[in-house]
Amino acid sequence: MADERAGTSGAVGPGGTDGGTGAAGLHAGAVGIAQAVRRGELRAQDVLEEHLAVVEAREPALHCFLALDVERARASAAALDEAVARGEAVGALAGVPVVLKDNLCVPGLPATCGSRILEGWVPPYEATVAARLRKAGALLVGKTNLDEFAMGSSTEHSAFGATANPHDPERVPGGSSGGSAAAVAAGMAPIGLGSDTGGSIRQPAALCGVVGVKPTYGLVSRYGLIAFASSLDQIGPLTATVADAALALEVIAGADPADSTCLDRPAPVLGPVLGRGVEGLRVGVVGDLVEGADREVAAAVAAAADRLAGAGAKVDEVAIPACRYGLPAYYLLAPAEASSNLARYDGVRYGLRVEGEDVAAMNAATRAAGFGREVRRRIMLGTFALSAGYYDAYYGQAQRVRTLMIQAFADAYQRFDVLLGATTPGVAFHQGEKLADPLSMYLSDVFTVPSNLTGQPALSVPFGTGESGLPVGVQVLAPALGEEVLFQVGSSLEAMAPRGGADGAAGQGTGQEAGGAAGQGTGGR
Amino acid sequence: MEPRISRDQVAHVAKLARLALAEDELDVLAGELAAVLDYAADVAALDTAAVPPTAHPLPLANVLRADEVRPSLDPAVVLAMAPDAAEGRFRVPRILGGA
Amino acid sequence: MSAAVTVPVWPVEGWELVAGLEVHTELSTATKLFCGCRNAFGDVPNTNTCPVCLGLPGSLPVLNAEAVELAARVGVALGSDVRRSLFHRKNYFYPDMPKNYQVSQYDEPICVGGSLELPDGVRIGIVRAHLEEDTGKTTHVGGDGRIHGASHSLVDYNRAGVPLLEIVSEPDLRSAEQARAYVAELRAILVAVGASDGRMEEGSLRVDANVSVRRVGDATLGTRCEVKNLNSLRSLGRAVEHEAARQVAVLLAGGTVAQETRHWREDEGRTVAMRSKEEAFDYRYFPEPDLVPVAPDAALLERARAAVPMLPAARRARLFGLLSRGGDQDPARAGAPGAQVAAVVASDLDQLVAGAVERGAEPALALARVANEAAAEPDAARRLDVEAFAHLCRMEAAGELSATQAKTVLGVLLAEGGDPAEIAAARGLAALPAGAVEEFVRSVAAAHPEEWGRWLAGEEKVAGFLVGRVMRESGGRADGKAVRAVLDAARSRA
Repeated sequence: MADERAGTSGAVGPGGTDGGTGAAGLHAGAVGIAQAVRRGELRAQDVLEEHLAVVEAREPALHCFLALDVERARASAAALDEAVARGEAVGALAGVPVVLKDNLCVPGLPATCGSRILEGWVPPYEATVAARLRKAGALLVGKTNLDEFAMGSSTEHSAFGATANPHDPERVPGGSSGGSAAAVAAGMAPIGLGSDTGGSIRQPAALCGVVGVKPTYGLVSRYGLIAFASSLDQIGPLTATVADAALALEVIAGADPADSTCLDRPAPVLGPVLGRGVEGLRVGVVGDLVEGADREVAAAVAAAADRLAGAGAKVDEVAIPACRYGLPAYYLLAPAEASSNLARYDGVRYGLRVEGEDVAAMNAATRAAGFGREVRRRIMLGTFALSAGYYDAYYGQAQRVRTLMIQAFADAYQRFDVLLGATTPGVAFHQGEKLADPLSMYLSDVFTVPSNLTGQPALSVPFGTGESGLPVGVQVLAPALGEEVLFQVGSSLEAMAPRGGADGAAGQGTGQEAGGAAGQGTGGR
Repeated sequence: MEPRISRDQVAHVAKLARLALAEDELDVLAGELAAVLDYAADVAALDTAAVPPTAHPLPLANVLRADEVRPSLDPAVVLAMAPDAAEGRFRVPRILGGA
Repeated sequence: MSAAVTVPVWPVEGWELVAGLEVHTELSTATKLFCGCRNAFGDVPNTNTCPVCLGLPGSLPVLNAEAVELAARVGVALGSDVRRSLFHRKNYFYPDMPKNYQVSQYDEPICVGGSLELPDGVRIGIVRAHLEEDTGKTTHVGGDGRIHGASHSLVDYNRAGVPLLEIVSEPDLRSAEQARAYVAELRAILVAVGASDGRMEEGSLRVDANVSVRRVGDATLGTRCEVKNLNSLRSLGRAVEHEAARQVAVLLAGGTVAQETRHWREDEGRTVAMRSKEEAFDYRYFPEPDLVPVAPDAALLERARAAVPMLPAARRARLFGLLSRGGDQDPARAGAPGAQVAAVVASDLDQLVAGAVERGAEPALALARVANEAAAEPDAARRLDVEAFAHLCRMEAAGELSATQAKTVLGVLLAEGGDPAEIAAARGLAALPAGAVEEFVRSVAAAHPEEWGRWLAGEEKVAGFLVGRVMRESGGRADGKAVRAVLDAARSRA
């Protein structure tokens, strides 16, 4: 176990491949890989093979993937190398292996959403983010595991088996983007995409010790993202470093005519803010986003605040009591939207069908058999919240609470440039620990849901390890479209995060070297 | 305390949601949904008379596309997805509940 | 309960019918409401489908700008307030609906209020008009092709997502005729503004009727039933009357009318209750999170106003204005002139009448010739040279041609065109001088002494016989009115 952890901990790849043919590949992160491939210093095919080797070694124990796309990735890498050899311009992610959460559509690969109801369905179209990654030269390695329809915080609610946390296979990687988080943490790819409806990128990022970003609602097109709760869903990157997250976001963000809710503005330019420091920035530590967290998590937030202050930020405490209504409001709104979004899985047009006497019986049998327990629970909850006689008390009221939260955060941003809190109440929990009690599982999202309700961006950045030796993440929140300041603070926190230290081996590998903020460090240790 | 949702209501909701749930799952769900609704009771009890609802985090309006024909999917591809198809169409069991 | 009651035939003495209509019109866009698939009727099944209109996982809708333009035009034409609107999801399961919810405007529709004027001058209030997506088309197989008794069904999603504008009237209609006239008028408006092709037989226009009855003089409305499956104006009229009669029968038998949806069975000539699904009425509407609000701006409204041509009601008013010119009396809108005006506008020939009047034709005469003769060949009539037609009207009014001769010349004009005077001359058509008419009358009187005696004795109905004889003797050259004048003169002298 100790060996296991030593070999897999942190966002950096396993030491076993050090000194191999393309050491730069695994340790340079996406920024370094793309740069080296563009310059012809590194072959995309070598980068890919190194990462595939990690997949081969780690996948049996971790179960990150629902589908691998090795042959097409190899073909893409070969084509890319030829293009470079011919002197052609290649994209910002040239040669960078990426993994996609399996609720994103890619032609030729099944999109299951971790559900039996979609088993075998192959989308005939491509998600906007997948197309943008492809055009940028990224190599799609495969589709990653998730809680069914992104409903969960542990990736245990996948119809195709759970994913293990690379830091401790007995523990969950978080969820719902647990497959992408674990894959990135294990070094299978520098970039994974996930979706975040109530914390599904940030929470697994925190539990796996990687960076996770939920962008401003509307910054990234949702076209091709299989919807959970449309007014909350947002696609974002999970990466080993803040610089890689910035690069990934620059590639996937920006206007898309196929998504009415996507903002008509270009992708942010984030490179220049990385490593800029926090001198003079006003940072509000939100007590309501730490309250109730385990001691080791609270300690990490406090340490992060201290170090930001030490680096010249004006740090103060701020109370946003409306946060306490976030989780209950979320657990009315998200299931309500989900109950409607998931109505289309009825056995008529695609996916599973379980026969029945008449069409209604067929629909009902198909849905009962095809959806797992958690999805059924949320469909029931959401249907109830929207039903006649209860709409005003539940769904309508939750929408009003949403307004209150937007106002409360707007007030806080009058005084602060960014807000700081915990990402999760605790570190990675044991497999099965929260399965029996849905409400305790739902509480995993308590610090992450506010930014989904308000639409503001937030990121989780690893900040050392707790007493358990497991990674701890801290969360930075910024006003809508405040990605620049979000990444500015995120990269500073990454640079000042504790590593090694009192917790011994378990503490290694969270965060890159200080130079990692610029994403160009080669050789992780 | 009176549970916030009765078993009969759960059964009705299952019908609305087109889910053929087993009897024992209805019982379990009644308890689980009640627990979540209890948890949401604070929200339900808030005085929000003066607060407008937010349906969407974005203040966007008028996102429109030009009325231009784009290629449709190949019907062979469309029908290949179907669990059952006949005569170029999706085949479903008989429909009750109409006239 | 109602099965045992004998349904009377409408109208039933002492009872009043109250109806409001919901007209669903498919908008004449090139593409569907939320995707770029073709909006077309009759294509091979499932060829106009894509991830969006099939509701494939991960697809998202984007609103068609033209649908908004057309809806705004209809709103302007109906005098509605065209305002900020929002789409909701209407949640219910049906296999013709790919997402198992329908995207539809709910409590914030794009058009609110307004009215429509029937040809007889009655105004029918408009409650609202809202945009929504159409469903696919289900074919029931086995049984007798009806949903009932079918073994299975086949679904074609070509129509799924086609833009619909649902126009809801106030319950201002009081008869089957009015209901038909309302739909005909609305159809004319929709076609005029380019919103719809108006083809009821292709389902471009579909009508549901909300029908209730009350005792004449009652102020409150009775319980209404919604009648569906009205595929023609004829079905609409029959169904409304039958449903009203059914409700009266129920009430007379001491029963109460249940608020329900009923299906019109054209072949059986009756409405039947649709089997209600237990959950049928809980649609769980909520704001569609994949779309943003539509807020018509000044430019859109300006474009809509500019695109709305003169509408049927205004065109009719213009003709009535011509008819009453010189007199201070508003001509009756009901009765012969009203019907002629409505017919002329409906066949798009009002410009011909107005043009002829401008060129000196007598309004009533020009109207009558167009409504009664030219409208029978509307295509030819629309090509008719206005000056030639006006000339013909002037000749007739001046007594140069008899009515019969004028109709003959008009027939030639419609078929071949030309100059009416030359046509008349070439065919030897000229009204008889007054003296010649008297000659013919004397001759007919001599040949039919018995009838002539009865005429002189004051028997009115024999006039037709005598005029007819004179017309025949004169070979149509005598003008009917002139003949009658001679007959009257003879009697007054007798």
